[in-house]
Amino acid sequence: MSTEAPTPTSAKETLAGTHHMPGKESADRRQVTQGRWAYTLILPTLVLLGVVIVYPIINAIIMSFQKDSGLDPATGFFTEGGFAGFENYTHWLLQQCGSGPALGPCPPGTLGAQFWDAMSTTFFFTIVTVALETVLGFWMAVIMSRAFRGRALVRASVLVPWAIPTAVTAKLFFFMFAFEGIVNTLFGTQILWTGSEWPAKWAIIISDVWKTTPFMALLILAGLQLIPDEVYEAAKVDGASAWQRFTQITLPLVKPALMVAILFRTLDVLRMYDLPAIMTGGANNTTTLSILVVDQIRQGLNNASALSTITFIVIFLVAFIFVRFLGANAVDAATTGKK
Amino acid sequence: MKTRKYLLPAAVAGVLAISLSACGGGGGGGGTQSGGGDAAANLDGRGPITYVTGKDNAAVQQPTVDRWNAAHPDQKVTLKEQTDKADQQHDDLVQHFQSKDPGYDLVTVDVVWTAEFAAKGWLQPLKDKMAVDTSALLPATVKAATYNNTLFAVPVHSDGGMLYYRKDLVPTPPKTWDEMMSMCSIAKSNKIGCYAGQFQKYEGLTVNAAEAINTFGGKIVDDAGKSTVNSAEAKEGLGKLVEAYKDGNIPTEGITFQEEQGRQAFEDGKLLFLRNWPYVYNLAKTDGSSKVKDSFAVAPLPGKDGPGASSLGGHSAAVSVYSKYKATALDFAKFLTEDEQQKFFALKGSLAPVKANIYTDAEIVAQAPYMPTLLTSIQNAVPRPVTPFYPGVTKAVQDNAYSALKGEKSVDQAIADMQAAIDAAK
Repeated sequence: MSTEAPTPTSAKETLAGTHHMPGKESADRRQVTQGRWAYTLILPTLVLLGVVIVYPIINAIIMSFQKDSGLDPATGFFTEGGFAGFENYTHWLLQQCGSGPALGPCPPGTLGAQFWDAMSTTFFFTIVTVALETVLGFWMAVIMSRAFRGRALVRASVLVPWAIPTAVTAKLFFFMFAFEGIVNTLFGTQILWTGSEWPAKWAIIISDVWKTTPFMALLILAGLQLIPDEVYEAAKVDGASAWQRFTQITLPLVKPALMVAILFRTLDVLRMYDLPAIMTGGANNTTTLSILVVDQIRQGLNNASALSTITFIVIFLVAFIFVRFLGANAVDAATTGKK
Repeated sequence: MKTRKYLLPAAVAGVLAISLSACGGGGGGGGTQSGGGDAAANLDGRGPITYVTGKDNAAVQQPTVDRWNAAHPDQKVTLKEQTDKADQQHDDLVQHFQSKDPGYDLVTVDVVWTAEFAAKGWLQPLKDKMAVDTSALLPATVKAATYNNTLFAVPVHSDGGMLYYRKDLVPTPPKTWDEMMSMCSIAKSNKIGCYAGQFQKYEGLTVNAAEAINTFGGKIVDDAGKSTVNSAEAKEGLGKLVEAYKDGNIPTEGITFQEEQGRQAFEDGKLLFLRNWPYVYNLAKTDGSSKVKDSFAVAPLPGKDGPGASSLGGHSAAVSVYSKYKATALDFAKFLTEDEQQKFFALKGSLAPVKANIYTDAEIVAQAPYMPTLLTSIQNAVPRPVTPFYPGVTKAVQDNAYSALKGEKSVDQAIADMQAAIDAAK
């Protein structure tokens, strides 16, 4: 999908260009050769994508319809589970454990019992962190886009959190939020940051915001720098206030970049694994969908495939909503803004 | 600027592709093999083998392998080190077994993986021609390597919990749990915490909860792998832990402790009693920051009437069913349990032996005075549940014990849920 989309444009654009160029070949013939060339050039990428993306996905989906191997009580060895139908999916979505007459709701302490909790935790993290990162990132981008002494230094230092690997960040914050860690010492509090639900959630949110706001800021900064200064000058001449310039010029013009930044972060947080895994191990209701998938892999691959397929569909839907509804507006706004 | 129109969809596609491949990564090869023909083949095979083990941080494996190779030039052993993370070792073994790799002849398995690998048909049953004499080995270590009444691995290293206590404040260590709790007034008057173990929600909590349950006569699963945790004894055991946390005998922050945080608190002089592994001994004696260097000692875990039932740690060596040289692999596994090697592991690597006579060896006791105490601990140890569904069982124990500790549910409810969750883990 990603490689095919831009191709028609570039072909069209070059085609438009050929009209002005005197050439022996006809435009039609050129189009055919170029089209063939284009496909030849794309082919290696398509093959690669097929091998590393399409095949694993299809394989995972096939596996998700297989039962996990069960124990043969006579021999004590595992035997193949066979076809499962939608059993693996209902296991998660309806939180049903067991099979046959023993089918019932998953008791606390099983992974199945955590599915909807994990889902809501994941979305909670997504909404809160992306909102915070957008606001803070915008603020940082506006500062960085101004001309002032030491701007290069600020831009570089803002990137530091983003440059640190997430696992390292998580470990750093794990120590900071320990009971006798710097956070409790500094504020004179005795909060069990990783030992109770809301402090644990906020500890993770704080770490995530600290780490990824620079990413947000950078993408927004790129958008801000595309806005020509003349537009602001013209608005000033027309007597627009600073607030009006922000809401009428900056926001609409930066919106495409902003939407991309928000989309990236949203999809990223929906897959969040390392921060909670290292800081809390998923305790105190901080288990995200990805942690659940990894835990399930050790208990049964086929069921884990069903769970990762569900996760994939959820992420896909969110991405689809973004592009279809919010993204379309962003493109409109960009084109009207340009006129 | 026209490309901007495609920026968003292209970005979505890109990110999705990444998330997709991340999702699909877990796939691939979920097949299981039953015992079948592989277990009957190559029983007499002799030749060069590979010994796969976790990262050799103490540098004891290579010298051992060298010693063997000097004596057996025609059956050379090659050492392959994995990472030092247990989860990664586990997954590495699973991948190699799934691909029926004959290059993994002899592998080191953690005590809690033995049943899973055995039930998958990946480990050579050590019976008949491959039988091993286990009479000299500590019974708990043999039990942990036995699945379905068949031995599947040769115990090589053991491990058990001990009670670290402040001998300056408590001259005689407590023998029972209740006695220990009654000593908590001493901690209170010294303004320090009384008791801690590993109570964060992770494998350590399973170890500690299982110790409490086993100590008071409960059993998490029976020999056939059926869950039997819902008993008055198990409730009493878990209840003791919950009560201690509620009373403040386990300090509030105890619920965030893994091994290291507990060790830190004990070395800072903030704890009267600590349940931990033997590795703490040398660190607490030698760490520059340790404030208890000369004022602590070790005792067996306190129990109901006598020593408590420690959970068993450690590793065994298992022969892969896909190995071509099973006779050599088994001989090398036996070689690892010989006195000379066991003593070397204990002296150089601080690894707990699997034979009782090593613990009381004068040279070893001189270097590691805790060894006789550790022996008592391991002699009373109960393996963690031996079940092919261990990941599900440990989760069931952790989650429910954690909820009980935090007071989110009653002990009775937690134990009932534990039983149901273990049953559902199949």
